[in-house]
Amino acid sequence: MVMLAWTILLAPLAAAGLVWLVGIHRKPLASSAAILGLLIAFGCALQLFLAGRSGALILPLETNFAWIALPGLTIQFGVLIDPLSLLMTLVVTGVGSAIFIYATGYMHDDAAYSRFFGVLSLFAFSMLTIVLATNWVQLFMGWELVGFSSYLLIGHWYAKPAAAEAGKKAFIVNRVADFGFMLGILMLWAYSSADPAQRTFNFLQLEHAGLVHGAMPVLIGLLLFCGPVGKSAQFPLHVWLPDAMEGPTPVSALIHAATMVAAGVYLLCRAFWLFEGLPEVMTVIMWVGGVTAFLAAGLALVENDLKRILAYSTLSQLGYMVMALGLGGRTAGMYHLTTHAFFKALLFLAAGSVIHGTHEQDIRKLGGLWHDMRWTSLTFLIGALALCGIPPLSGFFSKEAILTVAFARNPALFSLGVLTAGLTAFYTGRAWFVAFTGKARGHHGHESPPVMLIPLFVLAALSIVGGFLGLPALIASGVHGAAAPHGGAGHAGGLLVMAVSIAVVAIGLGLAWLLYGKQVVLPGQVARALALPTSFVEQRYYIDELYSWYVLHVQQRYIARSCEWVEQRVIIDGLVGGITALTRWLGFTVRLLQTGRVQAYVLVFLVGIVWLLTSALH
Amino acid sequence: MLLTILLAPTLGALALLALRDDQHAWVRRIAVIATSVPLLGALYLATHYDVARGGYQHEVFVPWVASLGIGFHLGVDGISTMLVLLHALCGFTGVLVSYSIKERVKEYYLFYLFLITGVFGVFLSLDLFFFYFFYEMAVIPMFPLIGIWGSDVKEGGKVRYSKEYATMKLTIYLTLGAVVALVGLLWLYVSTGARTFDLPALQQALAARPLDASLQRWLFPLLLIGFGVIAPMWPLHSWSPIGHAAAPSAVSMLHAGVLMKLGSYAIIRLPMTLLPAGAQFWLPWLASLCVMNIIYGGFVAMSQRDLKLIIGYSSSSHMGYVLLGLACLTPVALDGAVLLMFAHGLMTALAFALIGYFYEQTHTRYLPDLGGLAHQMPFIATCGVIAAMASSGLPGFANFVAELLIFLGGWDRYPVQIICGVFGVVITAVYMLRVVRGTFFGPALPAFAHTRDARSAFERLPYLVLVIALMVVGCWPRPFLQMIDASARPLIEHIMPVLPLAAPAEALH
Repeated sequence: MVMLAWTILLAPLAAAGLVWLVGIHRKPLASSAAILGLLIAFGCALQLFLAGRSGALILPLETNFAWIALPGLTIQFGVLIDPLSLLMTLVVTGVGSAIFIYATGYMHDDAAYSRFFGVLSLFAFSMLTIVLATNWVQLFMGWELVGFSSYLLIGHWYAKPAAAEAGKKAFIVNRVADFGFMLGILMLWAYSSADPAQRTFNFLQLEHAGLVHGAMPVLIGLLLFCGPVGKSAQFPLHVWLPDAMEGPTPVSALIHAATMVAAGVYLLCRAFWLFEGLPEVMTVIMWVGGVTAFLAAGLALVENDLKRILAYSTLSQLGYMVMALGLGGRTAGMYHLTTHAFFKALLFLAAGSVIHGTHEQDIRKLGGLWHDMRWTSLTFLIGALALCGIPPLSGFFSKEAILTVAFARNPALFSLGVLTAGLTAFYTGRAWFVAFTGKARGHHGHESPPVMLIPLFVLAALSIVGGFLGLPALIASGVHGAAAPHGGAGHAGGLLVMAVSIAVVAIGLGLAWLLYGKQVVLPGQVARALALPTSFVEQRYYIDELYSWYVLHVQQRYIARSCEWVEQRVIIDGLVGGITALTRWLGFTVRLLQTGRVQAYVLVFLVGIVWLLTSALH
Repeated sequence: MLLTILLAPTLGALALLALRDDQHAWVRRIAVIATSVPLLGALYLATHYDVARGGYQHEVFVPWVASLGIGFHLGVDGISTMLVLLHALCGFTGVLVSYSIKERVKEYYLFYLFLITGVFGVFLSLDLFFFYFFYEMAVIPMFPLIGIWGSDVKEGGKVRYSKEYATMKLTIYLTLGAVVALVGLLWLYVSTGARTFDLPALQQALAARPLDASLQRWLFPLLLIGFGVIAPMWPLHSWSPIGHAAAPSAVSMLHAGVLMKLGSYAIIRLPMTLLPAGAQFWLPWLASLCVMNIIYGGFVAMSQRDLKLIIGYSSSSHMGYVLLGLACLTPVALDGAVLLMFAHGLMTALAFALIGYFYEQTHTRYLPDLGGLAHQMPFIATCGVIAAMASSGLPGFANFVAELLIFLGGWDRYPVQIICGVFGVVITAVYMLRVVRGTFFGPALPAFAHTRDARSAFERLPYLVLVIALMVVGCWPRPFLQMIDASARPLIEHIMPVLPLAAPAEALH
């Protein structure tokens, strides 16, 4: 069992090593190694899962080796298998395998095909390092490495300035968040034990022992939450995710929808014991999540790029998950993470299939794809309906679970969640009606090859049945110690929530149909009627402007330039130049003694002799 | 073994004298041999250091001037073994990178090998007299190396700093620092009354009869500032970025990679070892000063546009972490500081080697003029991304481990300074990614269509050696840290006999 657990981690690493060392000029080797590595990991995870089910394996299973071993400081590297990490591993390796296979078709003609699969394998390893981590340092290492792989993959087409900038932006925004995250980890460690030699990073030990008194837990919780705010692109650090769509579509599907951005949510689940006990932090978490869900859905309303619509939708759904966790709904949040991985990966891959077939991603220039790309359209539709939360697709159940928790805990966030559900239905409907129905606008697509369609079918099937796999029970079984049943709004409450949300989704879809399908009013007229809010949303709430103003005008102009000024004027000219001038002045002054006239020297010589003699005589 | 390491470059330099000026191929071959022998020796040392025994090992002792207590005494402990390895790696790769030097090849390698000898001498010497002798021997060859083979720092076609200015400034700064340190050393020699320059003997004498605390407080800053100039300690750093920028690639590599570490090594080896009371008094000031190094150096790096100046200021920023690690006076932070000297040395050597590689073909390293080089040079661009990521502290590279240990080790003592240090990592990422973006990414520029990648295994060798060393130590730091710790821990326990602990609190369940 321990071997199986290690294999999950090492198979993708071996694949990455193989690609980088020998496969960089051998295209078939590169992609087969990457796919095989991830499939092996999936197989191992599945076997562990089945063993856990049958009782042959007692969870949690933890195995470690000492990565740094100094007196008083041990940092371990290991594998932790519990229901939570198993579920996440299955999602990462399962959805990941489908996307890897799809990518062999999508990236077929790419010049840097091997490099692409090399980085994908590196990503898989890093992501699994996060998921299977036994301690905070290991998790942080995976955390940084997924950021790095994401940077490389966003910038895969580095010749495009937009792609190069987007990669840089993603990395730096995440670094800003990780500043807080790192401090949080440091403080958590520092307060993990009263005896400095007994401090630990280990998840299970921390969960078991808790923090010492006087630990400022609220501060620690908030700092740790910075990590998820960056990685899961929560407001106000969400700005990097839409730009990240410059990467190839399989990357958007895998990293910027299904797995990496969900790492923040996973982290909240992993350390749920800590956040759960801190009501102030939970309040911050739920509001950050709720506001992100709503604002991002608003942004998706006016976006015309198919992938960016999906990116905003991802932001919004991540906001849902974070909100659920903030409300105490660990099961609901993790449940939505899983189903979202299925249907959002599906949507991205279907969008990728559209881009592959038409070389266009502006929905205004698409249209009537239903006629040309029947299978792609069908799978997109399934994903879209799951995203809207139409029963009995998977998205319905997980979204219901979140709204039920919200209904029971916080009416304000419940209303925000319901409103977001309506907006989601509207923008999803808009994308569908504009791009897939009606008449073609210039672009006639061709259907994608089977290697791209089969992963679509697999993900479509998962999006349909995801609600019937017994996921909530699996997640709930992962709560250590006292099982905490969350949600519990009662049956009547559940029914009410269901009715409200279905009604709102129906309204959203209906409005989208009226505006974009039937076109009773032209969307332009609506936009004119709502000019002020529309422009506000179209400018992305001016948040990007605010940041670039800060970077260009405050950071570069004032902070960096004034340091440069101090360097030039004070240190180099002032301090160094001053000393030079002093030396030179001294030189000039002393030089006056060197008159060159022998008489003067003799005079001084005589005065000296007289002085010496007189002092000797005294 | 230590003699072999020290003599191989010297003998190489002497052998060069026997050659004619135009025998370039032989000059280079001799230089390669003269630096690969120490590399093998350093690898031997690193694998044969007895951690359980600790202390100075592989000692060589030849009495010289007995009346003054001067002896030729060599030996290494865990800390200096790491630095000998660093220097051997940088020296060896530097010779390979210097293959591009075309004029006055013999003289170049002559000075280069003297420089190498001097630095090895500092890391190996256990006698203050020879320590100082080798220290000066390392500083002096820099003057001709930059002045003759260097290049002016140009911005937008105009000369911002000439190489003559750079080399004068560097030499004057370092010599002044050395003189201040010499005053301190002589004062120390006289006031101990032990009449010996031998470091282990001094240590014993001072352990038996420590110097008066107030005297230690006078002596410590002389040595700290004297050696701190080369470290480089803010605000005495301004010679270094300009010096790096004007020097030829291999000299920049050694300069930023190893020479700066002479300063921090000397601070560990002499004032911290010999003057514990002085260290206790002065190092808290250093802890705050090096925050200026980190943050201020980072911001100045952000506003530079010459690649070598960016890396130069980034070096002075990152040396701030090393000094912070020293100042924390905890074993873990000191381990981190020593490992960071190693990691930063390799990373910065890699960066300067890469800049040198494409500068030769593009004839510019002015950021606004560059772009899209990844099209022509995928290998160099890959190494460039690796160097940038190592510098930003990406896990998997030794820099991450080192910075992590400094943060963990220093947290209890200087939380505010550590927070600033963690923030410095963000600043590093900003300017490093800007460099990568501006140099390698973007559309291919027609001006650089003629440039070519490093293709042959020989051309790639120096870069691969540095990258592999960074990754090996970054992925499996345990044995290296144990070696460092074997020497760092006794030193800290000597300075801080009882660690003042935070008041114990009861556990919350």
